[in-house]
Amino acid sequence: MAHSFQVWIVDMDKETGKTEKKSLEAVFHNDGKAAENKAQELEKGTMLEIKALYARIGEKEILRGIDLQVNPGEVHAIMGPNGSGKSTLAQVLAGREVYEVTAGEVLYEGKDLLEMDPEERAREGVFLAFQYPVEIPGVGNTYFLKAAVNALRKHRGLEELGAREFLVLVKEKMKLLEIDQKLLDRSVNEGFSGGEKKRNEILQMAMLDPKLAILDETDSGLDIDALKIVANGVNALRSKDRAMIVVTHYQRLLNYIVPDYVHVLFNGRIVMSGGKELARELEEKGYAGIEEQPANALTVNS
Amino acid sequence: MVQVMKEMDTYLSNFELLERELAGNRQPWIHRIRKAAISRFSELGFPTTRDEEWKFTSVAPLARIPFKPVGAHEGDGVDSLTFNQLKHFTLGELDCIRLVFVNGRFSGELSSHRPMSSGTKVSSLAAALDSHRDLLELNLTRNAGYQNHAFVTLNTAFLEDGAFVYLPAGKVVEQPIHLLYVSTSQKEPTVSNPRNLIVVGDNSQVAIVESYVGLEEGVYFTNAVTQIVAGRNAVIDHYKLQQESMEAFHIATLAVHQDRSSNFTSHSISLGGALVRNDVNARLDGEGAECTLNGLYMAAGQQLIDNHTRIDHAKPHCASHELYKGILDGNARGVFNGKIYVHPDAQKTDAKQTNKTLLLSPNATINTKPQLEIFADDVKCTHGATVGQLDEDAIFYLQSRGIGRKDARRLLTYAFANDIVSRIKILPIRAYLEETLLAGRSLSEVQEAL
Repeated sequence: MAHSFQVWIVDMDKETGKTEKKSLEAVFHNDGKAAENKAQELEKGTMLEIKALYARIGEKEILRGIDLQVNPGEVHAIMGPNGSGKSTLAQVLAGREVYEVTAGEVLYEGKDLLEMDPEERAREGVFLAFQYPVEIPGVGNTYFLKAAVNALRKHRGLEELGAREFLVLVKEKMKLLEIDQKLLDRSVNEGFSGGEKKRNEILQMAMLDPKLAILDETDSGLDIDALKIVANGVNALRSKDRAMIVVTHYQRLLNYIVPDYVHVLFNGRIVMSGGKELARELEEKGYAGIEEQPANALTVNS
Repeated sequence: MVQVMKEMDTYLSNFELLERELAGNRQPWIHRIRKAAISRFSELGFPTTRDEEWKFTSVAPLARIPFKPVGAHEGDGVDSLTFNQLKHFTLGELDCIRLVFVNGRFSGELSSHRPMSSGTKVSSLAAALDSHRDLLELNLTRNAGYQNHAFVTLNTAFLEDGAFVYLPAGKVVEQPIHLLYVSTSQKEPTVSNPRNLIVVGDNSQVAIVESYVGLEEGVYFTNAVTQIVAGRNAVIDHYKLQQESMEAFHIATLAVHQDRSSNFTSHSISLGGALVRNDVNARLDGEGAECTLNGLYMAAGQQLIDNHTRIDHAKPHCASHELYKGILDGNARGVFNGKIYVHPDAQKTDAKQTNKTLLLSPNATINTKPQLEIFADDVKCTHGATVGQLDEDAIFYLQSRGIGRKDARRLLTYAFANDIVSRIKILPIRAYLEETLLAGRSLSEVQEAL
């Protein structure tokens, strides 16, 4: 693991107030998959490597030393309470300029991701499914999808799709994702329900065929039926070449999109990592039991 | 004052020349109207920014230039102008009845005629002076604000040519009527005074498209007036596409008089011109009349585009809907003034006005002013004005899908304009504008400053 510091899981007994610390290593190494994955990762090469990433908005520091490594085929869940920096991390990876990266680096397929414009990242295969997809009145969804697909195809040296080929492709994907074709005739996200917006995000993902997909709170605002449809869509897009980072507040989504790894983000740092069972543990105990180690403790233990 | 006199002298001496040229050729009644108009103009003079209606638009740059009228047989290259040169402005070779005017004068050769059903008349105004004197005499001096708008009086003083459209009761003209005003570059700055009169009888229907285009860059002045009279239940769709040269001056008034249950829709698209002023005045003068005014203005560089609209709700149960949108870049300036005047009689008026402006550069400015004057007590009147920039969230969203920042801005700018363009009912015009806005001159100029 690329973590440069020691993190702890803190269990607190509510009645006595006593706490028990377990080191992350203990949790992590209990997961038999870790060694196996390690071997796979060496074979395929790392897709994304985040090293000691710090970012802020205005004067407010939000990310305070994120380390994370993602390999092809893996699904990583990032969980954490509100304000922990989950969405910021997703936006920083997609290139949102309002967030200023103050330290650290992000390598994507060995290249400096932070140096790239948002459109370059997209063309290189990074995709962010927005927590709040933006409504764009006056731009037809079909036109938008086609412009995006062709921007990527052009970048990859492929011929741009004509209107007919595009429609065939988009209708096929819509069928796969159980999306009503009427969404094509409307302006991008304009007047879409919460579920329609999220499904439209997954449709875009299917059309753009990314290498690294980041899903930011894709479950928020969805009822259980919509959630299943979205999750099925995401699962249909899982492949050994595609990595996914699933950002979510609740464990619920992870019942449907089962991750290989779960990371807990707290106060701008990943304080805990583990296998998929960690998510269930968090669901039971809540985020209240998680606490960041003071800096001096880190020094002592590392 | 000396300067002002000198500026007016140009027009007064031009008038004398014109009078001499036309002496004996025209009926005395039109001569009287012209004379009265020039005399009124000499009293009014050019408006200044002290005039409330011209507060943000100084016409001093226009008044300073001694524009010359183009004589009947003058003009470089006018005779050799071919239809091919105009092809770009034929709105995708729109299937229509087209009257072409070169530097303000009707050109029979460039125009296309169609047989009309009996009583319906589409011709040059000059040709109608004899045949439809009663209609002309009645309408040329009413409704156009000829007593108090300096440029309308000036147009009336130099009234010579333009379009005349007349539909008796119960007629429908299937094809749109396209009035194409082409200006060519001359050695000296020239002025033309197009005058259009469109009279639509009860239960009749027609679509009118006015285009003003500069064939090449150059300084000239178009001072146009269009009057529309809508009979009972008449349905009129009016389009105006202003694509003058970027050095040109364009001042135009559209005056509409609506009778009971008539329906009038105007789409005013302003893209060209250095200094542009559009006045649109609609008078809802019969119960149940309905009026829709849509406008789009796009300016960059040093352009100034001023839109003044006035809707008079003179009778009860009338509705008006108004949406003007502007896109301003560079050092461009925009002015929107929307007056809605509800007369004491006009109960149950339903009026809605919206002005939205997109500023693409920190140096672009808009002065927007809704002006509601309501003298009836049972009415519904709303107005709203917004001024904003492109939505950074939307730009990022598009970028995150691989669309370059420049293209993203372009797409969003287009989307803003498309709100108006998509309301255009004649598909070839819509397609022409979509193409012009996405790839054409005006937007590419907007893009340069991005």
